[in-house]
Amino acid sequence: MKLFDTTAPLNVLDQIGVAADGPIKGYVHSVESFGAVDGPGIRFTAFLQGCRMRCQYCHNPDTWNIGVGEEMTAAQLLDDAERYKAFWGATGGITCSGGESLVQLDFLVDLFTQAKARGISTCLDTSGQPFTRDEPWFSQFKALMAVTDISLVDIKHINSTEHKKLTGFGNENILDMIEWMSANGCDMWIRHVLVPERTDDDRYLAELGDYIKTLDHVQKVEILPYHTLGVKKYHELGITYPLEGIEPPTADRVKNAEALLHTADYTGYKTWRPAQNQK
Amino acid sequence: MKQLDKTQAQTYWEGFKGGAWQEEINVRDFIQQNLHQYDGDESFLAGPTEATTVLNNQVLNLKKQERENGGVLDADNNVVATITSHGPGYLNKDLEKIVGVQTDAPFKRAFMPFGGIRMAEDALKAYGFDTDPEMHKIFTEYRKTHNQGVFDAYTPDMRKARHYKIVTGLPDAYARGRIVADFPRIAIYGIDRLMAEKAHDFENIGDGEMTDDVIRLREEVQDQYRALNDMKKMAASYGYDISRPATNAQEAIQWIYFGYLAAVKTQNGAAMSVGRIDTVIDAYIDRDLKLGRINEEEAQEMIDHFVMKLRMVRFIRTEDYNALFSGDPIWATLSICGMGNDGRHHVTKTAFRFLKTLDNMGAAPEPNITLLWSERLPEGFKRYATEVSITSSTIQYENDDLMRDEWGTDYYGIACCVSAQPISDGVQYFGARANLAKAILYAINGGKDELGEVQVGPESGAITDDVIDYDTFMHKFDVQLSWLADTYVNALNTIHYMHDKYYYESAQLALKNTRLDRTFATGISGFSHAVDSISAIKYGKVHPVRDENGIAVDFTVENDDYPRYGNNDDRADDIAKWLVKHFYEMMNTHHLYRGAKLSTSVLTITSNVVYGKNTGTTPNGRQKGEPFSPGANPAYGAEKNGALASLMSTAKIPYHYATDGISNTFGVTPNTLGHDDETRKDTLVNMVDGYMANHGMHLNINVFNKETLIDAQKHPEEYPTLTVRVSGYCVYFADLTKEQQDDVIARTFFEEM
Repeated sequence: MKLFDTTAPLNVLDQIGVAADGPIKGYVHSVESFGAVDGPGIRFTAFLQGCRMRCQYCHNPDTWNIGVGEEMTAAQLLDDAERYKAFWGATGGITCSGGESLVQLDFLVDLFTQAKARGISTCLDTSGQPFTRDEPWFSQFKALMAVTDISLVDIKHINSTEHKKLTGFGNENILDMIEWMSANGCDMWIRHVLVPERTDDDRYLAELGDYIKTLDHVQKVEILPYHTLGVKKYHELGITYPLEGIEPPTADRVKNAEALLHTADYTGYKTWRPAQNQK
Repeated sequence: MKQLDKTQAQTYWEGFKGGAWQEEINVRDFIQQNLHQYDGDESFLAGPTEATTVLNNQVLNLKKQERENGGVLDADNNVVATITSHGPGYLNKDLEKIVGVQTDAPFKRAFMPFGGIRMAEDALKAYGFDTDPEMHKIFTEYRKTHNQGVFDAYTPDMRKARHYKIVTGLPDAYARGRIVADFPRIAIYGIDRLMAEKAHDFENIGDGEMTDDVIRLREEVQDQYRALNDMKKMAASYGYDISRPATNAQEAIQWIYFGYLAAVKTQNGAAMSVGRIDTVIDAYIDRDLKLGRINEEEAQEMIDHFVMKLRMVRFIRTEDYNALFSGDPIWATLSICGMGNDGRHHVTKTAFRFLKTLDNMGAAPEPNITLLWSERLPEGFKRYATEVSITSSTIQYENDDLMRDEWGTDYYGIACCVSAQPISDGVQYFGARANLAKAILYAINGGKDELGEVQVGPESGAITDDVIDYDTFMHKFDVQLSWLADTYVNALNTIHYMHDKYYYESAQLALKNTRLDRTFATGISGFSHAVDSISAIKYGKVHPVRDENGIAVDFTVENDDYPRYGNNDDRADDIAKWLVKHFYEMMNTHHLYRGAKLSTSVLTITSNVVYGKNTGTTPNGRQKGEPFSPGANPAYGAEKNGALASLMSTAKIPYHYATDGISNTFGVTPNTLGHDDETRKDTLVNMVDGYMANHGMHLNINVFNKETLIDAQKHPEEYPTLTVRVSGYCVYFADLTKEQQDDVIARTFFEEM
């Protein structure tokens, strides 16, 4: 498996998920029946295959390749998910994570539309990297947001130059997406992975905190302390781990970041309910 | 026959709502009439009083001394324990609100030879004590014990099955335990009324035709009557008159405890359940609070002191026994909450008070707190319970909706670790487990034991093909399984006959109805390994590797992606369902002692380690000597789709065939449950609700990081009260053997990625 195929031509991406006949299929890396930190409540999380970013701290490098993985239709995935419905309570449901879910936008629209029709709450976990206002992509994105109850948006770095160093891409279109969501009533959690020496600079954290303050519909702001659980996968895949030697942040640094991002101010998540309650 | 004066009883019962319970012994009706539901949260609870803290430190210190002393602080060697064998003993008479210890001093273990003199002597010897020669003489020359009775009657097949450990843990040298007595009867009615009832029952046993059954029951009821009388004497030595009903909450708890104390003074049962006492105690506390006799702090203090006493119960055991059930467990199982048949929940403030003991006195393995859970329990209680789970890992959850349906009553309690038992008229004959993983190997090796390399099961011919053919295997498996069912059930028939004869539980059975419904509780071990091995043979290609004697000692499997139990995959889970039902049906063809109804269980406590040690490599890749997965848990590493997929597989096992219990031990790190405390509670509530909605029966929940356990193994002195739940019970981590600690650490922990 080729791992650093960031240059896959766009026409390949365009075809992702589009079958010659029959329903659209998605490329699924894996599923997790018990996602308790992938959005509100307990969620069935589908890790969709494919991402173009190469975040230095990515703990799922095995999900990078585009156009591979298990092919599944929305109906198949939802049938599988619904077996766990009894665990979802009032707030749980399904989450699409990755990889980068938006790489498979057409499939996502189909999946979430069908999920809502079944009364299942939908959550999108995204870094926003594929976002563009170019058509037809933008219209599809708007269609997706219409059937998305909540999004978990990762801001990897508030400074675009640093963002590029960290992930291989700048953050302009990502912030553009977040601002569009803010302006269009999309509920979201903002998350920031705290990596010592990479994303733990007080100045940038304060800047990020100020930025989040300008947004509406933010239900929760979370600091995710970097962990080393992904290192094993790099070794198994035979890739050099970019953060070798960097330890998880100390509890004090996590507290510091939480203060700078004012995480305690965002309490909407405590009473948040999906637009359409579970059946 | 002495009858209690009705007007006199009325004064004890003043303030309670009357009903059928006044006319007959009927605790359930007392609860029906006097249930005080509580829908709020934990904010009303009181912390420990100064007396509680002083006493608790004393208990912790004794526990520490006990550990330093090699496990036992002191033991009797010349006084045979009976209800009245010892004078009173105290921690600190002036501070204790609830009194009574098993012998005449706290933590001093009693001499209990009736189960078996050799076992009692070995247990003393293991801790450096000698048995009094006179006692040795009495119990070898003059008085036969349960153990000798059983071995007098065992067949060679039973001895072999026992020796080669295809059947393990038979209660043939100690008490069988597992009787949930109706202790609240003493508080509500007083002993005199209970004796009068037994005398009345005695007059009505049989029509004069002296059959075996009639003779036996008449003798038993006489023993019960005597035990009740002894309870009065024992209580009197502590200065209490329990011939009459309790007058207040303190007496009600004390009366209940005297009943329990009589049980643990006389029986060293594998499980000595407390039963279901929360709603009755709550009615007494509620009455006292309303009358202004006590305040919340005093109410909590009584519960704390009662629970402290349950934490102090001890039996002296042999090394073999400890290897099976580590950490001195006595299964003082305390069942709380549940739903009534009328749709009312049974959550009271006292259920909260029992959970609060874990906060007031720190985590501890006993009592084995069991929440009878229903989705309909009030939210405030569910969230408090899960909070206690997260901080102490000491709670087990059982599906009240499932058990009420199956047993047809809402007044049942948990006997031992997870098994339900109707309290007023149910009794259970428990014993041991059949090792089904070993049975798989017997099928492959033609009935020869894979470790002993001798013929144990019937000669069904070894499978000598290069690849094990599924149909051939299943045919031979049936032959071995049928023999195992036969041998196992009949060994238990022998044991229970002798137990009734030589070690009858007169104290506990005195606190139940005279006419009983009996359950014959069997058990299965090595479950997940048996299921995955069958699946490997069915869906993969299994090549046995044989030693020079033709015994299959290892296996290689082509198509290693065969379905495994624990992934919510029906191909494997259907095998699991079939295996339970099939083995049940095979056992159920047999005669069962005293007309008992068969039940079976998929639970193994810590014994999964010892069972695994005595079992060769299995076709699913589990190596020789490796521990089994506990209870009904999937095999280590078999789970690929996350925690809920794993739970769903267990939930599919039909409770109707395994009414003795289907245990799942669930370990999870705090960060997997959520990134903040509120989210973690929500997650656990939803998880338990979901599991039970899918008919899951039992769930142990452990919340901690693996690193904590590894550190606790290295520095036990820093974690004296770190408590973990293992299948069906709870134990101080420091009290486990090194092997068992390794096993707990290795067990599946669901971690976020």
